[in-house]
Amino acid sequence: MSRSELAPLAAAAVRDAAPLFAALGDETRLGLLLRLSTGGPGSIARLGARSHVSRQAVTKHLEVLAGAGLIRDSWQGRERVWEIDRARFADALDYLERISRQWDAALARLKTFVET
Amino acid sequence: MKNTDRIEKEMVLRAPRSRVWRALTDSREFSAWFGVKLEGEFAVGQSVKGPITIPGYTHVTMEVIVESLEPERLFAYRWHPYAIDPKQDYSAEPMTLVEFRLEEAPGGTRLSVVESGFDRLPAHRRDEAFRMNEPGWQGQLDNVRKHVEV
Repeated sequence: MSRSELAPLAAAAVRDAAPLFAALGDETRLGLLLRLSTGGPGSIARLGARSHVSRQAVTKHLEVLAGAGLIRDSWQGRERVWEIDRARFADALDYLERISRQWDAALARLKTFVET
Repeated sequence: MKNTDRIEKEMVLRAPRSRVWRALTDSREFSAWFGVKLEGEFAVGQSVKGPITIPGYTHVTMEVIVESLEPERLFAYRWHPYAIDPKQDYSAEPMTLVEFRLEEAPGGTRLSVVESGFDRLPAHRRDEAFRMNEPGWQGQLDNVRKHVEV
């Protein structure tokens, strides 16, 4: 094996990950994420409709989620609309695929090892 | 519904079952193809560990706990998958189970590998893993295949 098959975990990536863990570790925020993922893009009014927290608090929670890159906002007229960042979620689902490819590589080495 | 709990692989190796069994369960042979330097022998219930030898990962210690050793049939162990961040303590997390099953096949040995238990891992582990760079995994695999087939 002449070159690296796996790149080391960059320190920057670890730093980037911290806000994501923090963002997900809250019941209200998980609820907001769920609402966005099942109901599609929504305004603060819609997202906060069945919530026990104030509109200001909902906005704060949404901004934490946005800070972690999980959702993003856009302005539609005078309304601020939030939506899930699909790319981020697709990345998360990629996990098994990556481990799967490591197995492919390891088994290819095993094949060479026992067949020669 | 897409399965997120397990990975399954199967391949036929042009080598007898006894040869494949030795490559899997002799810890020195396992080390050679896997890319690790395990210290000690595999024994049921025992932990075996050692540093990864894959360039870029030599700071990582791999540890497996042997679950089954059924000669020429089943070799299984538990480990922490993708536990490559030395700053992270993985010991409290659930482990996945890796099972190697051997079977006679025309011209050699059918080997299946199943790794299961991913659904029990904490969500942040999946996040950590997808952040890894992936420099040409597929290309690397193709290189090995070409090398073997020629």
